[in-house]
Amino acid sequence: MESVRLAPHVRLRFDAARGRHVLLSPETVAVLNATSADVLALCDGRAVDDIVAALRERYDHVDEADVRTFLERMAARRCLEVDDGR
Amino acid sequence: MVAEQPFGLLAELTYRCPLSCAYCSNPVTLTEYGDELTTAGWRDVLEQAAALGVLQLHLSGGEPLLRRDVVELTRVGRDLGMYSNLVTSALGLDRRRAEELRAAGLDHVQVSVQADEQEMSDRIAGTRSFDRKIEACRLVKELGWPLTLNVVLHRQNIHRVGEVLALAEELDADRIELANTQYYGWAWHNRDALLPSRAQLAEAEPVVDAARARLAGRMEVVDVLPDYYSEYPKPCMGGWAARQLTVAPNGDVLPCPAAHALPLPRASVRDDTLDHIWTHSPLFEAYRGTGWMPDPCRSCDRKDVDFGGCRCQAFQLTGDAARTDPVCHLSPDRHLVDDAVRAANRESVPLELVPRPHRAGAS
Ligand SMILES: C[S@@+](CC[C@H](N)C(=O)[O-])C[C@H]1O[C@@H](n2cnc3c(N)ncnc32)[C@H](O)[C@@H]1O
Ligand code: SF4
Ligand code: SF4
Repeated sequence: MESVRLAPHVRLRFDAARGRHVLLSPETVAVLNATSADVLALCDGRAVDDIVAALRERYDHVDEADVRTFLERMAARRCLEVDDGR
Repeated sequence: MVAEQPFGLLAELTYRCPLSCAYCSNPVTLTEYGDELTTAGWRDVLEQAAALGVLQLHLSGGEPLLRRDVVELTRVGRDLGMYSNLVTSALGLDRRRAEELRAAGLDHVQVSVQADEQEMSDRIAGTRSFDRKIEACRLVKELGWPLTLNVVLHRQNIHRVGEVLALAEELDADRIELANTQYYGWAWHNRDALLPSRAQLAEAEPVVDAARARLAGRMEVVDVLPDYYSEYPKPCMGGWAARQLTVAPNGDVLPCPAAHALPLPRASVRDDTLDHIWTHSPLFEAYRGTGWMPDPCRSCDRKDVDFGGCRCQAFQLTGDAARTDPVCHLSPDRHLVDDAVRAANRESVPLELVPRPHRAGAS
């Protein structure tokens, strides 16, 4: 996975009623923790390396493998579109 | 039991419909729903729902496109930040309407077809509609929406499940819902002619599994299993009055669309706020949590998994909504389901269907 962007059919927004970010798609609502929301907000088509770099500016410890696992999981659920750079 | 905040609103805008599917889960007593909420009434419902925490709006019915204000209500939902989903037979989804809905911010379209080919689909729908549905599906994709295809499966079409999947693939659907019939409303009325046999289900299963594997990553295959053939009941939608609410065309508020049949005091947006109904009404409080449960559920470790099954099915089959869903093999009433299953596996089963009328008093 080279770069990622949110799939066109999902929407990331802040939900004031719950005080959390949520990811909305046709049949599901995922209530996100702050880190997941931060990662997803960076998924605008940029390279995964750049996402990790941007997170490192905000957090002390960023494990690249963790970020990639999370992105792969979201991609498997079709919440993200992946460009493998091929 | 403290109420959580609901995530989804099923807005049943009207029960009028140009189709007359004999499997339709709409209420059999359509007369009570003719006095529909006005546009202002629905706007108010959506605003109250958003304030309650609702994030998803399902515009359904009946046929929601029969309401002239469906575009306007879509815009209201969009302005409230809701993710909106149109659940439609696709009759009335012509190019002009579709473009208006697109501009109003509709997020997703779910189109139901009755089978994979015209003759069977039109026969089950009771109306010439298949060709227009297919055209509408193409339009949905052309305008850039994600498309879910919904097919209700039963004794009279389940043998076509492979072809249904091929149609979904041909239409480039993003999701397909293979919804085995749930026996509410007209489907309950027509149950004996709709319930598939064990052999039919055994034949369909590997076809669906193979398609799911083949389509992985391209199309999501959602399979609603036929609960009469299951050991455990289907969970009550994430718990009774826990995640979703339904508003019927006349403003009645329900924990789920099938709940209108239960002998509990009615709740309506014409008399009360949505917040008060959701939090305090006897209808919503009745089966919230697990405190109401009798045995075997009370002492069962699956009670937080399936919530004792479906209250509406328990009521329909036993006359008591607080009983364990008779589908559960631990239920003392399981014989009621077994009887229906036995009948569906006899040599000859009557296939005559009673169509749902288009509106109250008509047929
Ligand atoms: C009641 S319909 C209303 C929307 C629209 N008229 C349609 O049929 O698509 C809502 C959804 O429920 C499905 N449905 C209707 N009756 C059902 C039943 N008895 N069991 C399972 N799904 C059902 C329909 O296929 C549709 O996707
Ligand atoms: S009759 Fe068919 S198309 Fe009409 S509401 Fe019922 S399921 Fe939908
Ligand atoms: S006994 Fe009740 S809780 Fe246990 S599996 Fe059956 S329905 Fe579910």
